[in-house]
Amino acid sequence: MSYELLQTIWFILIAVLWIVFFILEGFDFGVGMLLPFLGKKDEERRAIINAIGPTWDGNEVWLLTAGGATFAAFPHWYATMFSGFYLALFLLVIGLIIRGISFEYRSKDANPKWRHTFDWMISIGSFICALLLGTAFTNLAHGLPINADMIYTGNLFTLLNPYSLLGGVTMVAVFLLYGATFLTLKLEGELRERAREFSKNLYVLAAIVVVLLAFFTYTSTDITTKIGINPGFTPLATIVVILVTTFFINRKMEGWAFLSVATHILLTQVSFFTLMFPRVMISNLNPEWSLTIYNASSSQYTLGVMSIVALIFVPIILAYQGWAYYIFRKRISTDKKTLVY
Amino acid sequence: MDIVTLSRLQFGLTTVYHFLFVPLTLGLSWFVAYFQTRYYQTRDEDFRKLAKFWGKLFLINFAIGVVTGIVQEFQFGMNWSEYSRYVGDIFGAPLAIEALMAFFMESTFLGIWIFGENKIPEKAHLASIWLVAIGSNLSALWILLANGWMQHPVGYVINEVNGRAELVDFFALATNPKGWLFFWHTIAAGFTAASFLILGVSAYHIFRKQNVKLFKISFHTASIVGLIASTLVFFGGHTNGQFMYETQPMKFAAIEAHWETSSAAPFSIITIGDLSGKQEIWSLRIPYVLSFLACNNFTCEVKGTDDIQAEYEALYGPGDYVPLIVVTYWAFRIMMTIGLLMMALTALFLLATRGKYENAKWMKWVPWVIALPYLANSSGWILTEMGRQPWLVQGLLKVEDGVSPNLTVVDLWISIIGYTLVYGALAVAMVYLMKKYIKAGPDAALHESVDVAPTLVGSQE
Repeated sequence: MSYELLQTIWFILIAVLWIVFFILEGFDFGVGMLLPFLGKKDEERRAIINAIGPTWDGNEVWLLTAGGATFAAFPHWYATMFSGFYLALFLLVIGLIIRGISFEYRSKDANPKWRHTFDWMISIGSFICALLLGTAFTNLAHGLPINADMIYTGNLFTLLNPYSLLGGVTMVAVFLLYGATFLTLKLEGELRERAREFSKNLYVLAAIVVVLLAFFTYTSTDITTKIGINPGFTPLATIVVILVTTFFINRKMEGWAFLSVATHILLTQVSFFTLMFPRVMISNLNPEWSLTIYNASSSQYTLGVMSIVALIFVPIILAYQGWAYYIFRKRISTDKKTLVY
Repeated sequence: MDIVTLSRLQFGLTTVYHFLFVPLTLGLSWFVAYFQTRYYQTRDEDFRKLAKFWGKLFLINFAIGVVTGIVQEFQFGMNWSEYSRYVGDIFGAPLAIEALMAFFMESTFLGIWIFGENKIPEKAHLASIWLVAIGSNLSALWILLANGWMQHPVGYVINEVNGRAELVDFFALATNPKGWLFFWHTIAAGFTAASFLILGVSAYHIFRKQNVKLFKISFHTASIVGLIASTLVFFGGHTNGQFMYETQPMKFAAIEAHWETSSAAPFSIITIGDLSGKQEIWSLRIPYVLSFLACNNFTCEVKGTDDIQAEYEALYGPGDYVPLIVVTYWAFRIMMTIGLLMMALTALFLLATRGKYENAKWMKWVPWVIALPYLANSSGWILTEMGRQPWLVQGLLKVEDGVSPNLTVVDLWISIIGYTLVYGALAVAMVYLMKKYIKAGPDAALHESVDVAPTLVGSQE
């Protein structure tokens, strides 16, 4: 295979890793954020955690794999992004740590204070993760001060521009909606109805910020010069899909509601990566200084080796993760006898 | 402090902390799998209780290993971006493979193991804990191959055009003897750590006459495994040392405070240095022994730090190529002393199990042995990493050239303080839970929570 083709394949593969991560872990973040608001009694909270308990950790590995694959395939992208987003990623890591440990520890002690603390850490940790990932991705589209040596020259406050903060809020809102539709699909009884009510309200918030973000993408990125005023099918479908979600929510078609939010996330990411391609880090100091799949990648040999590795393992992973979802496909009740932990 | 020192401090803190939890995960997973398999074969309730009890402790420990592992993967890019650019073509591959081959497997099947009991066939449930054990140990393999490459770079060329190291032989990377020696040493150390936890906890209960039958099974199993594992740690370490003698002579000399090249090199029993940490005031040495350790020959030549320093200056230009000897020297001695002590202890414990040891007074003191592997493992990594100084990749890239140039001292202090606070809180919660579940014993482990105060929450069983 030619070098350019391998570089393109790896760009697509890393996009796929992120997309799968957002589609799977997106509802985990949403469920996490909703936990203390949706669950009032202890067994309700446990039922909510049980809805994602068996799979959240496996979902999170898609993020670690996206990081590892970026390191292996595009070392400069990995180096510039991770060092450039230093404090943001530090906070993201703290968010992931407090959330991860809380899932495992919250039910291991019966003291209500203990459980309450960990429940809030799940919620806050999930919120931090969604907010920062949204902010980071919109910053990538927005462009960053990157010099001729591929080094980020801004600081944390450079990342906190209004457009990117809107991106962060959008990711929080969409994941909240996603989490609520997921719980409507996974829970039973009163808790399920409560999740449905939440999704109705969260829908309004999500739809507003998504439309706003789409609007400001015209003013804050180079979409008009790169793609044109007419963004094409995918970005438009992204908006349409989020707008029709309300129909499914109101008709109590919870499976469809969940799928349509998932599709929205998928299309958003596809739009994002299409806008980026073939760039991976856009320099707003000088377009010549942007990192692209051509100047940021590993050697042809390494990309070739990693392609074989990915070809072997990704199907196996999809198979056993699919099996895990199949095992835990049933709805979760708040009946104490069926709850785990 | 400058950003290089702070970045090193942070990497050292987060990595040593992470590795407090990893060895136990590596070793204890096999014990849990073993006890669950014995239950599956014999239907003996004792084994079910043991699998559950050690399984709870495994989970409490595993969680911290996982969450602190995220930091490990991210901080190469965050703090060492120039390193990542220079070696990413090579070093990224084992990291990505680790995620694809191991992280997915251990995380997915751990979820299935925790939540899947009674939902999937018992055989599949049993298989899932074995896959967790295999997954976590595979993850150790790939990260150690990555670290092995930093100690002993193989299968690469320096690309003159872009000035970075590039992979030309993946097979060489995957079969790097340094990585495999680390793997041998580390996996054996994992089994040792798990054995010592089990020995200590079992002794605690046996001494108190609680569940004596169960804990005698544990104690006996762990003393056998511990003896084999600590012996393997010793031979793995010895082989590692001989490989180091050939490939990293400076590190070898530095851990021995061996200043001058000599044949029939003496082994230092104790060396007192000055405040620079790199000069000797007084020492006690046994002749011939160091040569023997280095190459199984009493008279082979062992180069000293002074000569290697001169050699490296000629090869790599001016600079200080001697690691901080006071650290490498003492870390090695702590590691080795504890290693030998653990071999001796497990041998004694195994002998004791042939008699009526459950009433022995010394059992009271056995729980303290739990601390030993932690000290040895931390010392081992400190000497391995600090012994490579000033190199980040042996002979190719110095630590000061690998750091992220865009970071400020403020950035680093924020993250160091932040990690320290969060990691401190994690340790408090973890130790609290460990103590609670250890004291509650195996009967409680069969239930979802060991608390028995139904008035406290609405959801007690």
